[in-house]
Amino acid sequence: MIVSRRVKQRLGRFLVVLPPYGWLVVFFLLPFLIVLKISLSELQAAIPPYKAVFSWAEDGILQLRLNFGNYSYLFSDDLYVLAYLNSLKIAAFSTLLTLLIGYPMAYTIARAPSRYRNPLLMLVVLPFWTSLLIRVYSWMGILKNEGLLNSFLMWLGIIDSPIQIMETNMAVYIGIVYSYLPYMILPLYATLEKMDLTLLEAAADLGCAPFKAFLKITLPLSMPGVIAGTLLVFIPAVGEFVIPDLLGGPDTLMIGKVIWAEFFDNRDWPVASAVAVAILILLVVPIMIYQRTESKVEAE
Amino acid sequence: MTNPPLIRIERVTKRFGDFTAVNQVDLDIRQGEFFALLGASGCGKTTLLRMLGGFETPSEGRILIDGIDVSSVPPYERPVNMMFQSYALFPHMSVEQNIAFGLQQDKMPKGQIAERVKAMLDMVQMTPYAKRKPAQLSGGQRQRVALARSLAKQPKVLLLDEPLGALDKKLREQTQLELVNIQDRVGITFIMVTHDQEEAMTMACRVGIMKEGKIAQIGTPFDVYETPNSRFVGDFIGNANMIEGSVSGGEGADWQIDSPALGCSITARHEAPLPIGSEVTVMVRPEKMSIGRQAVAGAINTLSGRITDIAYLGDMSIYHVKLASGRKIQVSQANLRQGGGGRLEHDEEVSICWHPGDSVVLLA
Repeated sequence: MIVSRRVKQRLGRFLVVLPPYGWLVVFFLLPFLIVLKISLSELQAAIPPYKAVFSWAEDGILQLRLNFGNYSYLFSDDLYVLAYLNSLKIAAFSTLLTLLIGYPMAYTIARAPSRYRNPLLMLVVLPFWTSLLIRVYSWMGILKNEGLLNSFLMWLGIIDSPIQIMETNMAVYIGIVYSYLPYMILPLYATLEKMDLTLLEAAADLGCAPFKAFLKITLPLSMPGVIAGTLLVFIPAVGEFVIPDLLGGPDTLMIGKVIWAEFFDNRDWPVASAVAVAILILLVVPIMIYQRTESKVEAE
Repeated sequence: MTNPPLIRIERVTKRFGDFTAVNQVDLDIRQGEFFALLGASGCGKTTLLRMLGGFETPSEGRILIDGIDVSSVPPYERPVNMMFQSYALFPHMSVEQNIAFGLQQDKMPKGQIAERVKAMLDMVQMTPYAKRKPAQLSGGQRQRVALARSLAKQPKVLLLDEPLGALDKKLREQTQLELVNIQDRVGITFIMVTHDQEEAMTMACRVGIMKEGKIAQIGTPFDVYETPNSRFVGDFIGNANMIEGSVSGGEGADWQIDSPALGCSITARHEAPLPIGSEVTVMVRPEKMSIGRQAVAGAINTLSGRITDIAYLGDMSIYHVKLASGRKIQVSQANLRQGGGGRLEHDEEVSICWHPGDSVVLLA
C-alpha cells in the first residue's frame, strides 16, 4: 500500500512538471538544437540554403559533417566582435540609465501611502497592454525631425532647427530605457517595499542623517532588487533587435541587427546561426551570476 | 533632589488627526533612574517614548533633556538612544558592525571604536558571536546585541520599547535582572515602556501608569501597589477586591463604610477626613486577607462565605469565596505546609478577615 502511494505521488509530481518541461523542450531546446545544427553546416545556394549535417552514405552509414568554419569566420571579420562589444556597451549604458531612473521611481512608490501603491504600480505596468512594436513606432513619431518633440522645442523657441535624434544611438537609448523600465522598477519595488522601516529609525537613532542612512542601510538592503533588475534589463537589451532597427541609424551596430542581416539580407543561415549560438553562450555567464546571487540571498 | 531633573516633560500633547495619543503629560525623570511607563496597549506610552527619541514631535508642550529643549531636534542629533521592540538590527551587518555603527557616525577613531565594541560585547557576553549576522542568532542573543548597540554611544538616556517582549518567560525573568545589573553598572538613565506590570515592578525604581494618554499615577512599585490613587491603578497593578460603599461615620482615622454589596458595614483606615455619606471604594488586596474555617477572635472586618473556586499556583492558592450577599471575594494564601495538610476544599464554609489598616480608601 505504502509503495503504491509513493508511486502515485511520484506520478502526480511528474504530471505536474510535464507541461512546463514539455513546453521548454518543444519550443526552446528543440529550436536551439536546430539552430546549433545549422550553425555547423555549410552554406549552399539552394532551398534550404545549407547543406545537411547528417546524410546517408552508401552501405547505410550515417555521415556527420561538422563545419566549424562559421565560428572561426566570426573572428576573421571585425564586424561580429564589434557588434557584440557595441551591443554590450549599449545594453550596459541603457541598464545604468534604467537603474538611475527606475530606483527613485521604485523608491517613491514603495514609500507612498499604501492606498496609492497599487495604482502607481498599475501605471508602471500599463504600457504592456500595448504591443511593443506600436510603442516603438510612436517613439518614431515623437523623435523624428518633424516629430512632436522637435516641433514642441521649436515652438518654445529653444531651438531653431530640428535636432537629429532619430536614427542615432540616442534614440536607441531612449527606446531601450523606455521599454525596459518596468523590468527594473518591479524587482526594485519588491525589495524596497518589504524593507523594515524601523531599521531607518534605528540608524537615525544612532546618529545617522537620512541621506547617509539611505546609503548605508536602504541601498545595501535593496541590492538583490538592483541585481535582479539589472540582469532583467541587460540580458534582453544585448540581443535587442526591434528598437535599434526602428529607432537606430545605419551606424547603430548591434548583434540583433547583424543576425537579421545575415539571415534575410545575405541568406547566410549558417553564419547567422553561429552568431546566435555565440551570443547565447556569452549571455549564459551573466545569467549564471544572477542565479548564484539569487540562491545566495535565499540561503541567507 | 536639588539637581534639576535630567528629563523634563512639560504639558506634552500628541494628536494624530482626531485622536489624542498623549494628553497634557508632565513628567520629570532624574539622572540614573530606571523609569517604567506602564499601561495597556493604546494608552500612549509608546508615543511618549517615541517623542523622547525624536521619532514624533509633540503637538503641544516641550521636552527638555539636560535643560535643553529637544522638542524639534531630529533623532540623529539627540543624546538619547533607543532599543527597539523588534531590535531593528541591521541584517547586512555582523554583530560587531551593528555595535560599531553609532560610533562610526560620531567619527570616533577606529582604535577607540574597536575598544568600545569589545567592551560592549563583553558586557552582554556576546564576544564569541562578534562575526555572526543577526539572522544567525537566537532571540535572546539578538536582544543582547540590540542592548549593546544602543548603549555603545553611552547616551544620556536609554529608551527601551518592550525590551523583553519577544522573549519567552524563563529567559525574560533572567534577562530582567541582567538588565537591572547593567543599568546599575553603566549608570545611564533607563526609560522603559512595558505592558507587563510584573516586569515594571521588578525592574524600575519608579513606575508611571498611563491611561488614555494621561499619567494616572507615578510612584515607586511599592507606592503604586500599596497605595494606588484610583480604582484604575489598583485594578491594573495586581489583584484587588474593590468594595463600593458610603461613609457612615468615623473615629480618628478609622471610618465606617456601609457596603450594600457585602450586606454589612466595614472599617477602613484613611488619614484625611471623609465627608459622611460620600461614595468611596475600599480596596483590599487578596493576600492582605486571611482565610480559615473559624473566624479570628477580635477581628474587626470579618466576612463569611463558601469557597467556589480554588486556583492552585504551587507557591500559593487563590480562593474565590462567595458571600451570602452573592458578592465574590478573592483571597490568596501561601501554601506553607508540604503535602497541603489541612488545606481548604471546594464548597467549604470559611471566614475571611482583614485589618482596617490593610485596606485603601479610593475616592476616584
